[in-house]
Amino acid sequence: MKFISEYRDQELVRQYLQEIHRITTRPWTIMEICGGQTHSLVKNGILDMLPNAITMVHGPGCPVCVTPLGIIDEAILLALRQEVILCSFGDMLRVPGSAMSLLEAKARGADVRIVYSPLEAVRLAAEHPEREVVFFAVGFETTAPANALSVVQADKMGIRNYSILASHVLVPPAMEAILSDPETRIDAFLAAGHVCTIMGMNEYDPIVAKYQTPIVVTGFEPVDLLQGILMAVQQLERGEARLENQYARVVTREGNRLAQDVINQVFDVSDRAWRGIGTIPLSGLEVKGDYSGYNARAKFKLAETAVKENPDCISGEIMKGMKKPHQCPMFGTRCKPEHPLGAPMVSSEGACAAYYQYAQTLHEA
Amino acid sequence: MPAMLNCPMPKLDFDVITLGHGSGGLLTHRLLEAGVFDVLKNEHLNQQHDGAVLNLNGRVAFSTDSYVVSPIFFPGGNIGDLAVNGSVNDLAMCGAIPKYLSLSFILEEGLRMEEFWAVLVTIRQAADAAGVQIVTGDTKVVEKGKGDHMFINTSGIGELHPRADIRHQRVKAGDRVVISGNLAAHGMAIMSKRQGLEFETTITSDTAPLNHLVKKLLDQFGEQIHFLRDPTRGGVATVLNEIADLANVGVTLHQKFLPIDEQVSGACEMLGLDPLYVANEGIFIAVVDGSVTDDVVTQMRADGLGKNACAIGEIVGAHPGQVILASSIGGQRVVNYLTGDQLPRIC
Repeated sequence: MKFISEYRDQELVRQYLQEIHRITTRPWTIMEICGGQTHSLVKNGILDMLPNAITMVHGPGCPVCVTPLGIIDEAILLALRQEVILCSFGDMLRVPGSAMSLLEAKARGADVRIVYSPLEAVRLAAEHPEREVVFFAVGFETTAPANALSVVQADKMGIRNYSILASHVLVPPAMEAILSDPETRIDAFLAAGHVCTIMGMNEYDPIVAKYQTPIVVTGFEPVDLLQGILMAVQQLERGEARLENQYARVVTREGNRLAQDVINQVFDVSDRAWRGIGTIPLSGLEVKGDYSGYNARAKFKLAETAVKENPDCISGEIMKGMKKPHQCPMFGTRCKPEHPLGAPMVSSEGACAAYYQYAQTLHEA
Repeated sequence: MPAMLNCPMPKLDFDVITLGHGSGGLLTHRLLEAGVFDVLKNEHLNQQHDGAVLNLNGRVAFSTDSYVVSPIFFPGGNIGDLAVNGSVNDLAMCGAIPKYLSLSFILEEGLRMEEFWAVLVTIRQAADAAGVQIVTGDTKVVEKGKGDHMFINTSGIGELHPRADIRHQRVKAGDRVVISGNLAAHGMAIMSKRQGLEFETTITSDTAPLNHLVKKLLDQFGEQIHFLRDPTRGGVATVLNEIADLANVGVTLHQKFLPIDEQVSGACEMLGLDPLYVANEGIFIAVVDGSVTDDVVTQMRADGLGKNACAIGEIVGAHPGQVILASSIGGQRVVNYLTGDQLPRIC
């Protein structure tokens, strides 16, 4: 498959690994931000091929994982209303709220539908004028443009029975929150390639400068990840801290201006709670007042409630990179994908679920 | 399959299925007379008795399965193909030569008659292709909203191949794992038509009867075929985990040998699905004695259905109960059971 198989080439992988092994002289801790990167590292068995001196820690970049329980409860509450068709990306459905998941709500009669694009949800709203269609708009900067566009589109078409329940989070504020936590010790970051495709790279210059930490914008295939790790280690070994772009085939410095414009048209930056981490100032997106008719929170007068997380879950420490999933006593015992105690076990891109699915017993052995 | 092309729908004075068609009264009778019996006719069904009286030789395999696929028509087939091939394949996996099927419909009130007819004709074609007869059956109708167009149950019986000895107890270290064709086509064909997920593709379901190919293998390799299983729901990963569990052996799988169509692979990438867990309806996994692996693959490839056959892994004494995949870039990972259905991911 063009543009994929080249980046899974065994010989290239071998060369990058050899070079990483050759130049690494000290222990380094590198955090990959995005859940897609975590998934790829674990699924391809890359973690076990790196030098022991390099520790990869898995960042908070799984949108399913960081969606607060309270918002999942809101979605379920909406889905259980007779007039509502709740549309969602597939992987939100299994995430347990405090009483049930959307899948369980569906089993109890809620009209919950999986869509691949929010524009599908707009189409549903046009087809069912007698119902209220709510799209559960979850994700980072990557999904925000399409979700914003659905609001613009619905508005253009004069569709009033469509709204979004937004739970959008932003990467750079989370990186700052992690770096400013005195307990964390991250030497370098692999920034999330697809987030940067939209947002460009300019947001990261101040972070590199302020914290003197290298950031390498990195893709998702094995060759991408190893090249990104190599670039980070090269900087660290030389004592440098720069912003570099491994994923140049997709990411430009400015990013996608059109996508940024539509985000700014529909959303305001707001404070946002991250499951497992807590509230981070100015780290989320909320629907602007101009579009409040499309904001499910305003339309259905929802009040997000703070729901207590399971105290046994150490997800905060996992997502800040202070502990590995298998260092948690609950991992694989009381906490499994079928009954997760906390955020990183709920989606296949969460660090705990990725370890559970692909690496659990390799580490036990 | 040209046999039934000249099988137009009879002129009926109803164009949708109604509750009356399941009442057992006159409407039921007319549906059966003008439709079911005429299309599926054979000497056993023609008796129109409560059950079929059959002659069978030796050991018999018996299997049943229900079909609830949605949508009922999909690229490459319909629920009728699945209902016949599914039970035929389950029997073939036991090492049997499938002979007879039962067929039960649960129809939803309001089902369009031409849809029912199209499925019925498909069932006849699929039965002919597999070389089996539908010998007994049933039709029920449920109220609108209480079924999803149509559900089908088939059960089948077949005579055991004289050289077949297919049991998980026979799986041992040193055996090799062979797959008869490309993975994940059926599941992705269905996914491409699910509301909300539609994407443009020419992926078609792989639904096919596997009994002829299995018989050829048993004729030639007999007891050297240790285990057979068709990776339907849950896909190849689930079947291999079941083998590892049942036989208490380890399975090593080589990613680079897994045969997969490029479009199917692309669709899986796009939706974030792992093809190892996607359903198949026209391939099987054979665990064979290590000494005959190459010959089995050659024999499979000589058959149209098996043209993409490949040896994909081996049975090992290490890591009993576990499937370990050697990734194509040289890494390793565990291949586990899935918790539930695979769901398309956010980004």
